[in-house]
Amino acid sequence: MPDNSAPDFSSWSCPLPLRDYPTIVMGHGGGGKLGNELVEHLFLPAFRNPALESLGDAAVFELGSGRLAMSTDSFVVQPLFFPGGSIGALAVNGTVNDLAVSGAEPKFLTASFILEEGFPLAQLAAVVNAMAEAAAQAGVRIVTGDTKVVERGHGDGCYINTAGIGVLRPGINVGPNRAHVGDVVLVSGSIGDHGMAIMSVREGLEFESQIRSDCAALNGLIANVLDAVGPAVHTMRDPTRGGLASTLNEIASASNVGIQIDEASLPVRSEVHSACELLGLDPVYVANEGKAVFFVEAQSADRALQVLRAHPLGQEAAHIGVVTSQHPRMLVARTALGANRVIATQIGEQLPRIC
Amino acid sequence: MKYLNEFRDGEIAQRMAREICQIATRPWKIMEICGGQTHSIIRNGIDQMLPPGIEMIHGPGCPVCVTPLALIDKALAIAAQPGVIFCSFGDMLRVPGTDADLFQIKGRGGDVRVVYSPLDAVELAIKNPDKQVVFFGVGFETTAPANAMSVHLANRRGLKNFSLLVSHVLVPPAIEAIMSSSENKVQAFLAAGHVCSVMGFWEYPPLADKFEIPIIVTGFEPLDLLDGIRRAVIQLENGQHHVENAYERIVTYAGNLEAQRLLAEVFELTDRSWRGIGVIPESGWRLNDNYRAFDAEERFQISGIHTEESQLCKAGDVLRGAIKPADCPAFGKECTPRHPLGATMVSSEGACAAYFNYGRFLSADELAAAGAVHAR
Repeated sequence: MPDNSAPDFSSWSCPLPLRDYPTIVMGHGGGGKLGNELVEHLFLPAFRNPALESLGDAAVFELGSGRLAMSTDSFVVQPLFFPGGSIGALAVNGTVNDLAVSGAEPKFLTASFILEEGFPLAQLAAVVNAMAEAAAQAGVRIVTGDTKVVERGHGDGCYINTAGIGVLRPGINVGPNRAHVGDVVLVSGSIGDHGMAIMSVREGLEFESQIRSDCAALNGLIANVLDAVGPAVHTMRDPTRGGLASTLNEIASASNVGIQIDEASLPVRSEVHSACELLGLDPVYVANEGKAVFFVEAQSADRALQVLRAHPLGQEAAHIGVVTSQHPRMLVARTALGANRVIATQIGEQLPRIC
Repeated sequence: MKYLNEFRDGEIAQRMAREICQIATRPWKIMEICGGQTHSIIRNGIDQMLPPGIEMIHGPGCPVCVTPLALIDKALAIAAQPGVIFCSFGDMLRVPGTDADLFQIKGRGGDVRVVYSPLDAVELAIKNPDKQVVFFGVGFETTAPANAMSVHLANRRGLKNFSLLVSHVLVPPAIEAIMSSSENKVQAFLAAGHVCSVMGFWEYPPLADKFEIPIIVTGFEPLDLLDGIRRAVIQLENGQHHVENAYERIVTYAGNLEAQRLLAEVFELTDRSWRGIGVIPESGWRLNDNYRAFDAEERFQISGIHTEESQLCKAGDVLRGAIKPADCPAFGKECTPRHPLGATMVSSEGACAAYFNYGRFLSADELAAAGAVHAR
């Protein structure tokens, strides 16, 4: 099976004069000539936009009127490249999605790199290009950034922090504390893809078909839903670390409501299901990087589902549950056998079982 | 057939549950041996489907739970040593020793790694000739063949830097101990399907005869478990007591002979201390004289360990089936998966963790009320 998780660096042609240094050296973070070359020959061509081009100490831009949303996230994933994505794509999409589920239209991002001495420049270029591609797809601009280099052994190749700013859509008021009794819970697609993609690469597990991360920017999908049923949407979240279970538990607590889901209705890809079974993991706790959950007034739920399914990222969207006044602050699942179980928040990482 | 959903069919499950209701005329107490079965029963809510008189008692078959505290402390002491790569299956990492767990040892600089097979640990030993690689080999008969294979391979390759911290335990002596206890309430057993996939079930007919109990070799999926329970109830109602195989797609009478040959080559019977239960004679395996050189306890000679069990923890009573997890005064209060006092709250196979995670501290009324909304 061809491994399409890592890019092919053999054909990479290094723009002069980066060729002199095929790996990151301490000087690339020193604020001198090497650092400037990195900006001029790598970051600027990849991210090019007017706010960045001035290369000032701060990016200056107009945002128009209205309320703003701001978010930041750091990315330390290993491996840096995995089926369906890379740390670069995650760094852009993660922050874009945090803004989008807050009801904002993402506009501008910052990008900060912490690089380890010895990190191959070709890999950095691939990471940066993945960021540029993700930013273009999401329609956001990377307007300012920073690079620091740490000594060999003090980092894990490449860490990225991004922060983002977006403009809240007028008339939209969503939040984790706004789920109402009677709301319908929708998820935009299959769960557990990202976490199992990472785990299968990291642990060298091979399955019949490769599991791909769902890493994607959700602002387009979310905009469609808000255009169609905006005021009926009470809560949106992207269930990343801790998976769907942690996100739904957080919402149940913040809104002081009970959430009931039907296990049979959860979209789980068969290869993810198999991998989870093999390792003794539960897909409801496995991370996603391109999914959103929506809490929508019941009378608008069908319309919202229709809109989700019409979008390329929402074709497998599903109605998975409802909000109830019973068992406040708890997530209860109806099992395939018709019994009920509580799905609690996971303490730490899920641990593969002995047998 | 993919073996993923075929044995989870809700309609067939409901039909089997109704059949059990029709057969059962009296209350019966049935023990599922294996923690994996406990997990599946609670996760799928199978106990909620049974008639009120049929009580499932959760057995001691959770390797994480019955591994003695002294051995956990020994593992922590070895893992903390410089120059050691300590490998373990994931769910041993959070098991509390007297003062710490393996996660904390890792945080303090110990090289602790989660592996998916003991053979991965052998690979690590080959790649790191300047390190001592130790694999924490716990478990029942199910995990024993892979552990045996690891020392077999290490021996064949002449590895001097691989060892096994081994504490294998066996199901038949545990059944014997439970049935011999004066406070025993168990009337039938669901034998652990995966254990039997290795060992077969030739060991069980003498136990069924001696204690006059039905023993049903049972799998782990909802329909497997319901079938095992159904067969146990039929035998109990008819006053029968023999061994039945309800896991025929995996288990044969003789078992995996190749694995059994390997086990005999590497291990020998030994008395084992079971956490919360005590010493059961000839209830485990250790490395035999030919492989003693690969025994981490011999290699590291850890001494001066002071072990102390929590005074509050009633894990022993839970493992013997004497109480249900929620009957323990510390359950859900001092003892939660976040701050486990005993191993039964750590492993997802542990009865306490299964009860806590799947919300069995709710009353039946509360859970039934939850179902009312689903029935919309």
